[in-house]
Amino acid sequence: MNPLSFLTQMIRIAIPYLFAASGGVVAERSGIVSLTLEGFMLGGAFAAVVGTHYSGSPWIGVLSGMIGGLLFALIHAITTIRYRADQVVVGVAINLLAIGVTRFFLKLFFASSSNSPRVTGFGGNIKAGGFDNPLLWLGLLVAPAVAFVIYKTPFGLRVRAAGEHPQATESVGVSVKRVRYLAVAVSGILAGLGGVYLALDQHQFTDQMTAGRGFIAISAVIFGRWNPIRAALACLLFAAAETLQIQLQGSHAIPSQFIEMIPYLLVIIALAGVVGRAVPPAALGKVED
Amino acid sequence: MTASSVADSTKPTFAATPWRERAEEALIPPLVALLVALICGDLLILSYGQSPAAVYRLLLEGTWGNAYGFGQVLYKATTLAFTGLAVSFGLRAGLFNIGGESQLAAGGFAAALTGLVLPAATPLVIALLLCMIAAGSAGGIVGAVPAYLKTRFGAHEVIVTIMLNFIVLALLNWFIAGHLHVPETLHTPEIHAGVLPRLADINPRFHGSAANLSLIVALLVAVAVWFYLFRGRGGYELRAVGLQPEAAEYGGINVGRVWMKALTFSGVIAGIGGINYVLGYKHYYEDGFASGAGFLGIAVALVGRNHPFGVLLAAFFFATLSQGGLAIHAFVPKQMMDVLQGVVIIAVATSVPEVRRALRSARRTSDA
Repeated sequence: MNPLSFLTQMIRIAIPYLFAASGGVVAERSGIVSLTLEGFMLGGAFAAVVGTHYSGSPWIGVLSGMIGGLLFALIHAITTIRYRADQVVVGVAINLLAIGVTRFFLKLFFASSSNSPRVTGFGGNIKAGGFDNPLLWLGLLVAPAVAFVIYKTPFGLRVRAAGEHPQATESVGVSVKRVRYLAVAVSGILAGLGGVYLALDQHQFTDQMTAGRGFIAISAVIFGRWNPIRAALACLLFAAAETLQIQLQGSHAIPSQFIEMIPYLLVIIALAGVVGRAVPPAALGKVED
Repeated sequence: MTASSVADSTKPTFAATPWRERAEEALIPPLVALLVALICGDLLILSYGQSPAAVYRLLLEGTWGNAYGFGQVLYKATTLAFTGLAVSFGLRAGLFNIGGESQLAAGGFAAALTGLVLPAATPLVIALLLCMIAAGSAGGIVGAVPAYLKTRFGAHEVIVTIMLNFIVLALLNWFIAGHLHVPETLHTPEIHAGVLPRLADINPRFHGSAANLSLIVALLVAVAVWFYLFRGRGGYELRAVGLQPEAAEYGGINVGRVWMKALTFSGVIAGIGGINYVLGYKHYYEDGFASGAGFLGIAVALVGRNHPFGVLLAAFFFATLSQGGLAIHAFVPKQMMDVLQGVVIIAVATSVPEVRRALRSARRTSDA
């Protein structure tokens, strides 16, 4: 196994996780449950392909992908923040809705029930190994950027306060609802970008192409204990396991299904507190009347 | 992250709320959701340049309008009734079981293994019972893991059940792909014992539809759940824990034990649902047969307002949507129904707290 090819493949697999998990950290730290990342990513991926297809420019695709993720995030934000609907229920529904909407419009726009036509993407220089894609570099920077915002800016302080103690936050004159709206919007845009990377990297949209990546991202958030840097490290860890699985294919050393389980098993172990306890933000998912 | 606002819908059963208000609180959200879904459906149909009235007529004709379509609706409703009852049973205890997907699959897998092991001469009743016990145990084991982790370590059941879905489905995939499949397929050989008669065997008009005797099992399970929840001490304790675990604990109820029971039996119910596909329809376990039915069970429980009989109605409704998609597919893609399912869940989840608040404030004004 060539260590350099392992590393590049791992990074390319990790990029969608890094985008989505960073978004998940922001929303969850503000107190809103992010079981929706899967749907946001799928919406972003589809919108990116539609935008790129009709404009011919992947940059327009990036923009429309961000809007795609944002639109699904707004549905989540309005129903759970304005109308105080249960965040888990709406989260599950958003994921189903994203599958349905992308399928329906895939049929309407491209007359297919499986995939879109091929679209252009970034880079494409074989020698660059995917590193001539600006989204890849953005993906590597997003976690440190989110860490800076969360820990070093007034907005980040408000996000953390809203997630830990909303009443106290309100009492000092900060609108918790506004902070949460912004946080969910950011998570939609970032997870949308994760979908954009995925779709443009494969040069097309395929039905349910996110294939559980949003859940791996939320696993990384929990395994990283809601800290953006640790969540990013978890993303890299999960991507490394996946790369290992791909590179070991054919050798039958470990069945691939068992490597698939690793992220999910680690989350359960983390939640059970076997090695240090994962404690969520205090107000996560709570609805005040 | 809490299921309380959903479980809250059960609150009036304990408080002395007039039955009329209770009925309003239960019925308005599903009706609102139906209206929203109709409007969204109109828009989607129009975007395809078709007439909504014509498409809806087609939908009704293809589902309730002929015996085959109706049989298919009943078949799909059976699985959804099991997963819906499973979710609602957990929610009554304030716990959110999102593991229906894997519990159903594990149940179907266990039922198929039992049907394969039993000799072909096994009497149907005994084979059915053994398959159900196997299916229920498999689902129950998958349900007991999050229950144990919750009571022992406080791990949140929502996350654990979601993660277990991936783990259990990967494990089943490994069994099937690596060991038990018929070559070139992803399913087991056909079972020898436990094949359930179809409705078509009783009434030939249902010919071709997959509806089978599992339907009766689903109805019996619904009655059993109702009896347990509303006519016994166990159910009373379970609902008390669902409303206010601290108060229940103070009142002498062992909350941890109730949680164990609720999530385990939730898994048992979902697991038994596996018989509908395995014993009643295909007569083998196939990888991915449960896909989507577990998540839809959440929608069914929500729209059915967590009442066993409401769940049956909701299962029938969602099964109609899903079968209706096939009926209209020549004019509007069936994917429209995937959209509408999501819309219905969001609309119900959003209108439940809204309606409750509106009714409460209306009552306060009239009291004053």
